[in-house]
Amino acid sequence: MRDLSTNEIDIRSHLTSYPRFLGRSLWLATEGSLGFYAWMTMLTALFLVGTNAWAHQVAGGMISTNMTDQVSWGLYIANFTFMVGLAAGGVMMVIPAYLYHDRKMHDVVIIGELLAVAAIVMCLMFVVADLGRPDRFWHLIPGIGKFNFPLSMLTWDVIVLNGYLLINLHICGYLLYTRFLGRTPNPIWYLPFVMLSIGWAISIHTVTAFLYCGLGGRPFWNSALLAPRFLASAFVSGPAFIIVTLLLMRRLTHVTGLDSPIATLTKIIRVTILINLLMVASELFTEFYTGGSHASAAKYLFFGIHGKTALVPWTWTAIVLNVAATGLFLWKGVLRENRRLLLAIACAMAFTGTWIEKGMGLIIPGFIPSTLHEIVEYVPSQLEWKVTIGIWAAGLMVFTIAIKAALPTLNDGRFQSMDQVA
Amino acid sequence: MQPTTDSPANRSLPVIENVTRRAVVKGAFATLGAAAFVAAASPIRNAAKSTTADEFLQQHYQELSVADKRAVIARLEAETKQKYGADVEIGDDRPIPGTKFVYAINLSVCNGNGKCVEACHKENNHDRSTHQSYIRVIEMPKGTLDMEQGSTTYTGTVPKDDKFYLPVQCQQCDEPPCVDVCPVQATWKEADGIVVVDYNWCIGCRYCEAACPYHARRFNWKQPEIPAEEINPNQSYLSNRIRPAGVVEKCTYCLHRTRRGQLPACLEACPTGARVFGNILDESSNIRWILENKRVYILKEELGTKPAFFYYFD
Repeated sequence: MRDLSTNEIDIRSHLTSYPRFLGRSLWLATEGSLGFYAWMTMLTALFLVGTNAWAHQVAGGMISTNMTDQVSWGLYIANFTFMVGLAAGGVMMVIPAYLYHDRKMHDVVIIGELLAVAAIVMCLMFVVADLGRPDRFWHLIPGIGKFNFPLSMLTWDVIVLNGYLLINLHICGYLLYTRFLGRTPNPIWYLPFVMLSIGWAISIHTVTAFLYCGLGGRPFWNSALLAPRFLASAFVSGPAFIIVTLLLMRRLTHVTGLDSPIATLTKIIRVTILINLLMVASELFTEFYTGGSHASAAKYLFFGIHGKTALVPWTWTAIVLNVAATGLFLWKGVLRENRRLLLAIACAMAFTGTWIEKGMGLIIPGFIPSTLHEIVEYVPSQLEWKVTIGIWAAGLMVFTIAIKAALPTLNDGRFQSMDQVA
Repeated sequence: MQPTTDSPANRSLPVIENVTRRAVVKGAFATLGAAAFVAAASPIRNAAKSTTADEFLQQHYQELSVADKRAVIARLEAETKQKYGADVEIGDDRPIPGTKFVYAINLSVCNGNGKCVEACHKENNHDRSTHQSYIRVIEMPKGTLDMEQGSTTYTGTVPKDDKFYLPVQCQQCDEPPCVDVCPVQATWKEADGIVVVDYNWCIGCRYCEAACPYHARRFNWKQPEIPAEEINPNQSYLSNRIRPAGVVEKCTYCLHRTRRGQLPACLEACPTGARVFGNILDESSNIRWILENKRVYILKEELGTKPAFFYYFD
């Protein structure tokens, strides 16, 4: 412990060094190869297309979406739900790194935390895109607006999502800043937050499931299995996305020591993908063996009702992708050095399968049949796709920039010194 | 927390001479990107023009003083005149003490003619192009109460011999799930049992639409279009005033009529006499007699929403 006067000097030096740190991070994040600039230009272009589409939606009303009073949530909320899972999935790097002291995972754990930041940013963008009156967003701010806490699960979601964003921003920001200062991170300033983030990651997806499963009028969602299912699929999609990121970093950067984290994450998916399939099977059995009107949403989802089959191709694509990905993951060959492409394909299949299953495959059948048993179908409009792609582009931009800024800390072994304190 | 020998001074930005050109190029592209963003988002400027600062800053209905309410209502009336060319009078009807409104429909009498649907459409200043209404009538085969067997899109001459007709609108539940889920308390249950929405406070998240088991809520997917001569000028702030785009609305038991001693428009329009409306606290009321003497049931009782809307058979 140093005396007070040294601390004062320390604070004053932060006032000058922190802006320098931000400037340096921004500089690093915008340095790269021609391929990097092409990638960022493409994402910017897509983001602008999405921005323009959203601006038209705000100006002309949500009539330009294909949502209706029967199917009142669509592609935006489907993606929102999936992205909450991706944000929570990053914790599958944090747990091995900090609870099981996996050195190699510890060296790159910041990737999982940065993914959480990017995914939450996307979540917030999807929610705003879905609001009929984004100009009244301030009504949701506690203290200024009227925050219906604790009754509305949506207010819980506002708290846990923003809290998770802040926790991860703090952890990443602190570690990168101390690295910039050339100091050893002080565990007091980040370890408690890392431990908090593990529990918090579970909470964001649990609360998001409670948004749906607490509604008695929607039998398809009104299942106690929903929150565990959300978590299981999050721990498939999150690690799958991170594995692909690590595989790309292996090719495109000089970061070493990525094979061990890749192997660990693959082993995690081997377990979680099976749990997820088991839960889906359990839901299907309950629905179809029981039958009756309780099962009509599931009937619509898998086979269509009264010739209305808009979701059927989506569902079966998800099933095929998930089952095939499970097969690939369980095969030991998927981990071989010379089969990296196969691993990437398995991850992409699991990721896409989960995106459908927990996105369109979960949200839309909640509304079909409607509460008065009307069958009104929903297919996203072109505008909805543009906004959605724009938000994905924005999220990938945030993720790319964050990884870029963090690369110097991954390139050398300095982070390993933190292992002793953890 | 001692600084290492690798001091911050040595690790900061690279020497500036080497990067000036890159910095300029990066700055130019950042400016270009920002300009493109402003251009892409430009349609929002048109939407922003139609929202005044007063409207943007307006407080929740329950926070407004008498003077505030007067100002808000004057502004809304002026806006209706300007946008729709209609002179309307917007009241601020409050619950009558000692009143709890309930509705009942005699399913033995209702013949599915749909006059209530049409009356609601006109009375509540619904968008003409989407034929919006707070009431849906389900044509059901006799011998079942399972809505899955029914149809809301029936055509042809009514009544059909093998069918009965089930009109559904807001049930004004005593345990309304829609009120619980609203993240901003834009919807609440008033003392006379009517569930209302502050259309100027709703953020349009549509969580209430997902939560309602009776498909009672509607969203304004666009600004309602109504010819000036068709606009019902007798309006109320929490009821049938013309709603803004992007907010949720619902049946209010025509509180702009019922709180002034009139009957709901759907009841007055019904040619069969199937609809009965009244104050359940009034022991001599017709509705009270029906609830005490008829075979009455409520929709989706198992959900525990406790509707103030009853169905009965003769």
